Order: sequence, then C-alpha cells, then structure tokens
Amino acid sequence: MSEGAQFELESSESGAARLVLSGPYLVSTVGGIDTELRKLDHEVGEIDLSQVSEIDTAGAWIACRLATRLNAEITGANERASRLLKAIEGANSDAPLAAPRLPLRLRVPVEVGAKVYSARRGIFSVIAFLGQIVVAAGALIRHPGRFRPKALVHQLELVGVNALMIIGLMSFLIGIVIAQQGAVQLQQFGAETLTVNLVGRITLRELGVLMTAIMVAGRSGSAFAAQIGTMKLTEEIDAMRTIGINPIEALVIPRILACTFMMVLLGFYASVVAIIGGAVVGDLMLGIPFWTFLARIQEVVPPHDMWVGLIKAPVFGLIVALAGCYHGMQVSGNSEEVGRRTTMAVVSAIFAVIVIDAFFAVFFTEIGWG
Amino acid sequence: MDSERPALGRHERFRGDYPVVVEGLQNKFGKQVVHDNLDLTVRRREILGVVGGSGTGKSVLMRSIIGLQQPTEGNIEVFGRSITEAEPDENIGVRNRWGVLFQGGALFSTLTVGENVEVPLRQFYPEISPALRREIARYKVMLSGLPEEAANKFPSELSGGMRKRAGLARALALDPELLFLDEPTAGLDPIGADKFDRLTKELQDTLGLTVFLITHDLDTLYAICDRVAVLADKRVIAVGTIPELLETGHPWIEEYFNGPRGRAAQGTQTRAESKG
Ligand SMILES: Nc1ncnc2c1ncn2[C@@H]1O[C@H](COP(=O)(O)OP(=O)(O)OP(=O)(O)O)[C@@H](O)[C@H]1O
Ligand SMILES: [Mg+2]
Repeated sequence: MSEGAQFELESSESGAARLVLSGPYLVSTVGGIDTELRKLDHEVGEIDLSQVSEIDTAGAWIACRLATRLNAEITGANERASRLLKAIEGANSDAPLAAPRLPLRLRVPVEVGAKVYSARRGIFSVIAFLGQIVVAAGALIRHPGRFRPKALVHQLELVGVNALMIIGLMSFLIGIVIAQQGAVQLQQFGAETLTVNLVGRITLRELGVLMTAIMVAGRSGSAFAAQIGTMKLTEEIDAMRTIGINPIEALVIPRILACTFMMVLLGFYASVVAIIGGAVVGDLMLGIPFWTFLARIQEVVPPHDMWVGLIKAPVFGLIVALAGCYHGMQVSGNSEEVGRRTTMAVVSAIFAVIVIDAFFAVFFTEIGWG
Repeated sequence: MDSERPALGRHERFRGDYPVVVEGLQNKFGKQVVHDNLDLTVRRREILGVVGGSGTGKSVLMRSIIGLQQPTEGNIEVFGRSITEAEPDENIGVRNRWGVLFQGGALFSTLTVGENVEVPLRQFYPEISPALRREIARYKVMLSGLPEEAANKFPSELSGGMRKRAGLARALALDPELLFLDEPTAGLDPIGADKFDRLTKELQDTLGLTVFLITHDLDTLYAICDRVAVLADKRVIAVGTIPELLETGHPWIEEYFNGPRGRAAQGTQTRAESKG
C-alpha cells in the first residue's frame, strides 16, 4: 500500500455507487485528497471505510462531510472511526472565523465616521488626561508622603543618565557637520571666522534642544508608551487601582517630572558637546585654536541664546512625556495596539515639538531676543 | 534506554509504551535549583496528573519536556527522540504530535479564536486547502465546547474560561497524540471545571490521547487521572494511583489528599461512584 490517502469509486448493479476510501486519513495526509473529494458529484450510496488504515478527526470530518453532502451511508467503520465520527457529528458548524467585516460600500462611510468620532473622543480624552494629571499633582502636593522618590530617581536614570552617551555622540557629530559645512559656505565670502557665531548660536538656540527632544522622544517617549501599554494589557493598571494606587500618581507623574527636568540638562549638555565638536573642526580645518574658539563663543553668543534653549527644553520634555504616557494609557485590546500607540506617541511628540519650536522662534524674535 | 528504536514515520502513530521519559533532570535559575535528579515516565494513553505546591516547578517541568527550557543536566525523550540534544528550533518530527495549553492561555491576541486554531495547521500542513482548514478549525472550536459564535471573536472578548477552551482548541488543532495541559481548570466555575474534566476524559478516550495534566484541582485528580505524579523536594517523590500514593505515607501527600479539601473531593467521588 502506497503512502497517502486514496479513494476509488465502485459501481454496483443496484444503481448508487460505492466510494471506497483507503490508506491513512490523517490531518497530515488528507490535504491533497480533499480537493478531489470535493469535486466528486456522483451518486454515491455508501462510503466504505474498511480499507482506511489510520484515521483521526480530520479524516472523520471528511468522511462525515462527504456522507452529508452526497447523502450516503458510512459503512465499515472500525471502533475508533465510529467513535470519531460520533464526536464530529455534533461539532458541525458553519460559523465564520474571520472577525466580522462590513461590505465595502458601507465600510468606507462607517470608517470615516468612526475616525471623526474617535478624533472627537481623542480631544476629550486628552483633556481628561491633563485633568487627571492636575488632580493627581494636587493630591501629591497635599499628601507629599504619597510621592515616590524612588520611582522618580529610577526614571531620572533611565531618561537622563543612560542617554548621555548616545546624545553626546549625536551632538558632537552635529557640531562637526555644522562647523564643517558652514565653513565651506562662509569661506566663499572670506568670513570663515563667523563659523564660531554659526555653531554657537544655532546649537544653543535651536539644534541642541531640538535634536535632544527628538532623541528623547525616540528613546523614552516610546518606552513610556510601550511599558504603560503593556501594563494596561496585563491588567497591572487595574490591579493598582483596586489596591488604591492612582496609576497617574505612581506611573505618569514621575515620568513627566523626570523627562521635563532631564530635558533641560540634556539639552544644555547637547549644546555644549556640539560646540566642542565645532571647536575641534575649527582647530583642524580653519586654523582657529581650540581654546580660542571656545573663548570667541563667549564673545559672540548673547546670553539670551542660552536662555532660549533652556526655556524651550522643559516644554519639549513635558510634551514628550505627556505623549508617551497618554498613548500608553490609551492601549486596550491586544498587542498590536501597543505597537500602534507607541508609534503614535513618538510621531505625535516629535511633530508637536517641531510645531511649538516654530512658535517659540517667532516669539523670541518678537520680544527682541533675536 | 539504548535499545534500537525505529524512527517514527511521518504518518505513523507512536507505538512505544512511554511517550515521555525524563531522566536525571536538573533545572537551575541562577543559584536556585528547581529540579534535581528528577525522573518521570508517562505511559501511553494515560492521563497523568502532576501535582505539587506552588513554585515546585510543575510548569518548568512541562516547559523542559516541550523543549522551551534547556535543562542544566539530564535527558528527556519524547516519542523516543531526545529533546535535550535537539536545537530549540530544529524540527525533530515531534512538534506536530503534541498540543500544549499554557497556564495563561497564550492565545495570539491579534487573531480570532478560529484563526488561532488555523495557525498550527497552516504551519505544519500548508497543503491543506483553506476551505478544509477553516472546516477543521470550526469543528475543533465546537469540540472544545465553545459556542459557535466564539470562533470569530478575539481572545480579549472572551471570558477566562472560554479562553481556556480556545487554548484547548488550538492545542488539539493537529490531532496530537500527546496533550500538555497546565492548570486547565484553574479559574473555572465548578460546573465549568467539571465539564472541562469530562471533555478532557472524553477526548482522551476518543482520540486515544496521552495527557500530561498539571493541576491543583483535587476533583480533577479523583475524577479523570489514571496516575498522579507528586512533585516535591525538587523531584517526583511518588507516582501512582491515589491509593498507592497514600500508602507511601509521605507527610506532604498525606496532607494534600487527607486535608479538608482532599476529603471533600474524595467524598464526592465515592458518592458519584455509588450512584453510577
Ligand atoms: N524564567 C524564570 N526565571 C527564574 N526563575 C524561574 C523562571 N521560571 C520559573 N522560575 C522559578 O522556578 C520555580 C518553579 O516555577 P513554576 O512556574 O514551574 O512553578 P509551578 O509549580 O508551575 O507553580 P504554580 O502551581 O504556581 O503554577 C519558581 O520558584 C520560580 O520562581
Ligand atoms: Mg505553573
């Protein structure tokens, strides 16, 4: 007997034919034969299982389905086969497996409507989230004992200290690129000494803080969203609530404080490292000695440039932390949602940071800190 | 154990006496020794109950047998193949012969129940047509005692008990010969737990399964287990029917089966027997 399931039609005198199944009818063997059996539309009076060597529920299912479709009778089933057939019989169902889906013509308007509503709900839930934070902050001020310094220190380490290497490296390279590219352009006017102004002002005012905010959004904003989101899925947040711990107080406030505070330090640190990068280029390419470059920075960069950066930094940090925590808290359902919300947290944080940066640029120029 | 054993053909059922043989197993997490010199054999077509206090390493034992946890020492054979010597991802021809129900269900959360059942079929038997695959998934869902409408629901839309049943449906997807159940009745209501027990027994009878059943449920032990293995002191201290276990006189076993809950379960069992 060759391996694999087989069937044969035997015609008999009394009209209806006999379908003889033979070989192993197992889930591992029925894949091919099933298609052929489906095409069968002879008149069959009897399905004979006596030649079947092995059978499992998949084989029994196929026999059972054939018998119903061809209106035939099953014969020759051994003990195991008849048990399986009996078990399968009751399990007949034609329920759909895929999640319910609307027809296309309805799906488009329904999805658009759902988007609009969810946008509206989104606005409300953002406001509600901000409200919760204010309430939780108020509660913490009234009951300072509930504040968790350990959680805050831990977050300070994760957001700030652990980011020093990567942010330092990034800023150093940015300083080098600005100095080098700036010098090439400025040389055309014989003004390469202005490279100092370029590097000093642009990093302190804009790039140091902005690039740091983007980096922190990618590192910590995403971590906030993924971590809080996973905690929501595993019902940890619900567990906290039932114990009487407010998750906003315990999870969100430490992250917001850590991120806001660390952004200031990281932003300033990034600007300083970028200037050092610029000074290295100045020393190697432009013939401005390293220390002279740094001394010139103090002369050409007005102090308010530093204040511009330092004022923007905590705002950016706040936005990144809010976006991360908010999207984390919005997770519900399944693991795909964690991924989606994490992406949204990073994208919305970076977008908001850039928009607000534009407002700041106009604002500071208007008040004369140009 | 070094007798000649013919390789198992793809469509052949395992005919040996012991689908699972564990010898001298040792598992460590850092300095914590969970198992030490643990031996256990599972007989073909039996329901073996595995009991032990929380944290004695029942789940870890199961994970070792199915190759998810590399033991520090010892040998584990499943269907006559060594699991411990195989690479975790190597296909040694036994993965389609077992079904596993994890303690937490472990359903794929982005797929519906029916699609969850389809996953192993798709993975092992791509030649099965989508139509047949859907049909198989459907009757498996029905066989595990779920209502028809559950097939297109996501795991997050199910109750805890329904999730257990969905996990069972996925474990049964390939018509396995060996079924691992990790606390299947934990968290079910007594009626649901009772139904689940009967379902397990019925499936074991009809499909000729060997079942490795981790449980804390004394009723389950009395009702459906052929033998019970007791895990304590980092090893299996005794295996046998419940009367045999009681004869050993081990204090933990005594306490386990003769404690108030043990007596209650025993009582229901004798009542049920005298009635039936
Ligand atoms: N991945 C892991 N890392 C470290 N330790 C672990 C790990 N998994 C399990 N353990 C330890 O191994 C021991 C046994 O755990 P296991 O989950 O097997 O217990 P169990 O007998 O199944 O308990 P329960 O009845 O509560 O499910 C526990 O002490 C646990 O802390
Ligand atoms: Mg366990």
